[in-house]
Amino acid sequence: MNDETTTDEILEVDVLVIGGGTAGPMAAVRAKEMNPNLKVAVLEKANVKRSGCISMGMDGLNNAVIPGHATPEQYVKEITVANDGIVNQKTIMAYATRSYDMINKLDEWGVKFEKDETGDYNVKKVHHMGTYVLPMPEGHHMKKILYRQLRKKRVQVINRFMATRLFKGKDGRIAGAHLLNPRTAETAVIKAKTIILCTGAAGRLGLPSSGYLFGTYENPTNAGDGYSMAYHVGAELSGLECYQINPLIKDYNGPACAYVTGPMGGYTANAQGNRFIECDYWSGQMMLEFYKELEGGKGPVFLKIDHLAEETIEEIETILHSNERPSRGRFHERRGTNYREKMVEMHISEIGFCSGHSASGIWTDEHARTTVPGLYAAGDCGSVPHNYMLGAFVYGAIAGEDAAEYCAMHEHADIDETEIAAEKARVLAPTLVKDGIPPEQMEYKLRRLVNDYLQPPKITKKMQIGMERFAEIREDLAKLQASDPHELMRAMEVQFILDCAEMAAVSSMYRTESRWGLYHYRVDYPETDNNEWHCHVQTMKGEDGLPVCSKRPIEPYILELDEEEKGAYNKLRIAKNSVEA
Amino acid sequence: MPLVNSLSRVPVTIDADACIADKGCTVCVDVCPLDVLVIADDKSTAYMKYDECWYCLPCEYDCPKNAITVEIPYLLR
Repeated sequence: MNDETTTDEILEVDVLVIGGGTAGPMAAVRAKEMNPNLKVAVLEKANVKRSGCISMGMDGLNNAVIPGHATPEQYVKEITVANDGIVNQKTIMAYATRSYDMINKLDEWGVKFEKDETGDYNVKKVHHMGTYVLPMPEGHHMKKILYRQLRKKRVQVINRFMATRLFKGKDGRIAGAHLLNPRTAETAVIKAKTIILCTGAAGRLGLPSSGYLFGTYENPTNAGDGYSMAYHVGAELSGLECYQINPLIKDYNGPACAYVTGPMGGYTANAQGNRFIECDYWSGQMMLEFYKELEGGKGPVFLKIDHLAEETIEEIETILHSNERPSRGRFHERRGTNYREKMVEMHISEIGFCSGHSASGIWTDEHARTTVPGLYAAGDCGSVPHNYMLGAFVYGAIAGEDAAEYCAMHEHADIDETEIAAEKARVLAPTLVKDGIPPEQMEYKLRRLVNDYLQPPKITKKMQIGMERFAEIREDLAKLQASDPHELMRAMEVQFILDCAEMAAVSSMYRTESRWGLYHYRVDYPETDNNEWHCHVQTMKGEDGLPVCSKRPIEPYILELDEEEKGAYNKLRIAKNSVEA
Repeated sequence: MPLVNSLSRVPVTIDADACIADKGCTVCVDVCPLDVLVIADDKSTAYMKYDECWYCLPCEYDCPKNAITVEIPYLLR
């Protein structure tokens, strides 16, 4: 697509990848490797060179399953326990068995992993049970490496176009997507045999406590686009009540990085400088202990590294200030926080959806297939729990391979012209409104309400009130006004966020128990109820246009857990005596 | 629609003397994930048009003239 593209042009590809961050480029490259004759395009709202949550690289792999350090079986058990049993183990196993090959593929592509003097990967322990963390001290090159592969494999890249909705054919197969250019407000339709959603987390659901709309943990480009588009096209979503909430540096949106500092001797501490959790691996259970300490008399919570040796601190600074969130150094500098002298104050993030860190995603099986034929999801927007960056690469690869096979057996489905016209009218409506509401104000109010009514601890009545407020915002959508194409993009995103807010509330009210520590801590249902709720909660668009939930039974485990393993993540708080010793 | 004019301290500042937008450079505009930077109508410089910064730094790192400074937004400094 280029400047000559006319409005309403209909493009046609075999595989359309939406989102060019982490999973997306891998999906596109693998589809091309499977069949170089396929027309494969990556659609990117920003620019693939610097898009997604790894735009500035990443400092390590959190879940590397490397022979000699961990086994796929051990990893599947670890994540089963970390996600309180609510997993389709087959999907985790599909990741775990391909994890090592993917690391080697990235290594061949030029990604630099930490190795020991013999050339073996230098894996570190952070998780409760196994050993899975592989540092990438020079991980800031990641996006360049991916871009090179896209060029080499001749993938078509379409930058600065966002997808607004997906289309299905009469037979229910995926058929294409409606696009909007956020610089020109030009619209277009792209037909595809398969679509792979790699749109990342719903990062702009909650409002950061700073009040700055774009100070989110996740890259705020990821407004929940994929969750909303999957919802409207009739796909099932899963685990949306299992929010993402992360421990962050107070006011700054970077993680405190227990993965980086933990293996070097840093840890999460209370105001007295004492440890209060045994394991810094991010889980809902860990976050609940974090929350209790934060709000308790020994709070707030800190990252403690001031006891470490000078050369260790220098190494930590080099890694943390050059990868993932490199503006961290200037944040600390302005506040006079020197790692050598002061503990770093921490806080918890706003809520979001993300399977990379929790389990909230578009429902996918072990082939990355959603419940809509021809539609795939991979990376943070898929439903495979605790998937992280390496999981995004592996599931991108799985989706690309499966999509290539699907293309060989299917023709393009037809898109109904009236649906295209209706979507174009919906997208452009804010450009016609006078004396309306700008997207920024609507978004601020919506996300402030998300904080007020949906943020855990979850309370039924509050969530009901939240739904009433969201309904009022839905009525206001007719008044949403965009004064330029950029604002029109934000106007589309507000609607993605509103869909996500309603899905978060409805799925959270549906599961009448508490699970996953803080992620789904319901004050009026404080106990975990395995008799009633050892199942997935699925969310779909109902006939009245509001989300409806249902239970999906858990597939029989391929690996049973013993009683001791089951309890491992529930014993995170350090026994009182040992703290004071 | 009634408009409000109010001052806002923005995180991204661009040294117009160093910026080579007049020579056709659009690197910072290309790499910004939030699309908040634009080239001025007279092509003299790039500038931050929308206060929607993730302070992620590709603009600053990728600028060939080191003309860009990204501060942490005032609200969270």
